[in-house]
Amino acid sequence: MDAILNQIPIGLAIGAVLLLAALGLNFTFGQMGVINMAHGEFMMVGAYTAFVMHAWFELNPDYALVLAIPAAFVLTGLLGLALEVSVIRRFYGRPLDTLLLTFGIGLVLQQIARDIFGAPNVDVPAPVWLAGGVDVLGIRLHFARLFILALAVLCVIAIAYYLNRSKPGRQMRAVLHNRDLAAVTGIATRRIDATTFFLGSGLAGIAGVALTLIGPTGPTLGHNYIVDAFLVVVVGGLGQLRGTILAALALGLLNAFAEFWTDASLAKVLVFVAIIGFLQARPQGMFTVRSRALT
Amino acid sequence: MTADDTRATARPAPAVATDPQPSLLARLRGPLVVAALVAAALLVLPLFLDQFRLNLFAQYLCYAIVAIGIALAWGRGGMLTLGHGVYFGLGGYALAMHLTLARIAEDPMAPGGLPDFMEWSGLETLPLLWRPFAHPAFALAAVVAVPGAVAALLGWAVFRQRVRGAYFAILNQALAAAFVILIIGQQHLTGGTNGLTDFPTFAGTDLYSPEAQWVVFVIVVITTALIYLLFRHVAGSRYGALLVAVRDGEDRVRFLGYNPTWIKTFAYTLSAMAAGIAGALFVPVMGIISPEMLGVVPSIMFVLAVAIGGRYSLAGAAVGAVVMNAAQTTFSENFANGWLYLQGVLFVVVIAFAPRGLAGIAQSIAATVQRSWRARATGGAAGSAAGAPQETDASGSPR
Repeated sequence: MDAILNQIPIGLAIGAVLLLAALGLNFTFGQMGVINMAHGEFMMVGAYTAFVMHAWFELNPDYALVLAIPAAFVLTGLLGLALEVSVIRRFYGRPLDTLLLTFGIGLVLQQIARDIFGAPNVDVPAPVWLAGGVDVLGIRLHFARLFILALAVLCVIAIAYYLNRSKPGRQMRAVLHNRDLAAVTGIATRRIDATTFFLGSGLAGIAGVALTLIGPTGPTLGHNYIVDAFLVVVVGGLGQLRGTILAALALGLLNAFAEFWTDASLAKVLVFVAIIGFLQARPQGMFTVRSRALT
Repeated sequence: MTADDTRATARPAPAVATDPQPSLLARLRGPLVVAALVAAALLVLPLFLDQFRLNLFAQYLCYAIVAIGIALAWGRGGMLTLGHGVYFGLGGYALAMHLTLARIAEDPMAPGGLPDFMEWSGLETLPLLWRPFAHPAFALAAVVAVPGAVAALLGWAVFRQRVRGAYFAILNQALAAAFVILIIGQQHLTGGTNGLTDFPTFAGTDLYSPEAQWVVFVIVVITTALIYLLFRHVAGSRYGALLVAVRDGEDRVRFLGYNPTWIKTFAYTLSAMAAGIAGALFVPVMGIISPEMLGVVPSIMFVLAVAIGGRYSLAGAAVGAVVMNAAQTTFSENFANGWLYLQGVLFVVVIAFAPRGLAGIAQSIAATVQRSWRARATGGAAGSAAGAPQETDASGSPR
């Protein structure tokens, strides 16, 4: 029984990382129709930011992680912004082409990382204050996993606040729902797009920092998560905050439990079959904006 | 999605010859001649190429078969598939399993009649999954049937619920990711990361002799030609016209009383079967099948090859596959890292500037030449309306 319950924090931590990755994907996909396959590489950039921060703050490794989070957010955000402005912007309305295009960009980013940091994984030591954990009701809670969960919760609260309370956030929602109508009301939709891309990429950076706490850091780190993150988008529904949250946590838990009952390789297939099954019941994802459109 | 709608109606779709329906032979005469000529040219290649290059070329042709299938599903049907590595792999493993069993059956030294990796994993009897593959007929049927069945099941489940565009692409990719992890994880059944290799014999003949390699090459060339002709026929038929119609306006086709689910599932299944055959041919050519030849990255490389060759042209896609893989071999022989950068840049350039690929460039050159000839013949400015079909983007809206 305890062993089963112990899968819950593991699943939630994976879910939290997926959530951070999927939020950015979902908003850029829902708003601009951009399927950003390079998002996984943005996560990788975030993870390497944490690595570099550790190298810089050798004397004080405990602060490195705290500093790495905002640094990764800004750095990957700017990287995403640069790509959006230079290349991706020209491909709006061609989602499948953006997928191939950003995959190419991702390949280049991976190779750059390989050339700078080398192909083998690098070691990002976790700060001392995240070592260990507590037992609550027979469940082992690792501080690192709790930290990732807390980080995701914080990010979601910040995004919810941004979307609902701030002016640019509300403009972003307007563009998400109806780009043409938003443009008519005087919203600079292209500028909002750039902001959305910056935020989404930045969140991928934060997810990358979180990943250094639970797995190895290497050039293909993001690659392993990008497919799952996209599945979260498929299951969660387009441009939906609550759908993304629920789908990410559900997928994380499903992954953890399937791995527990079978093994890691069968788990992936089980999750895939479960998603196809889910789509039979709700082809539009968990939550979608009601529409009378034909499709 | 209004912007997409207006664009879709404003752009004429690629011309598809439909009626009056000429006879099958008349319709295929052109491609038949071309395919026969190309096949003949390829068959004299062994006279000029050494064993190694010949083998490489056979490999490229295997990729060309996959590309023809993807061109039908993606170019004609608008179904971007990022999981064709799965079908390639299923076909490859089906034949490789048979070849492994054939080797063991002929090897008196093999104790217990089990492949090495099974013994290392502690198995004592041949797993049930492997037993039927001892029979060559079953293995050959499985090469086509297993990828076909998986594709039909996935296609039906997904298209029925009108999941399409990017969502379909992502699900395909998830399938590819899961498949590779499954193969690596089920080491006692699949050989894990090492894959299956070492097939010295097929049907009692030595596979590594130059004669056998030549026979394999001939089989690959002929299969490629046949699959090209079959797909050409399908794309040119009434069904092919329906497929393009589904790509450009699925709802309109539905209103006309057709069921797009079956139209799409059929093309997707056919394309998966071609990939399965390609995978099976790849096994005797390369002498190995392993997880690194399937999965997400190889699947996307298949698609890149099709994009480079021209997604709307079956022949273009096939040529693209040969050209890209030849370029990859040449480049990675000389600068290993350079190829990865070049690959990334190729993606960007092709998608951005040549969405219709090499075939599109060739078509526009042909159209320009034709126009200038006509202008010279009539002595005036000929209409510029006729030309290569406009690019259509089937993927206007994600759903």
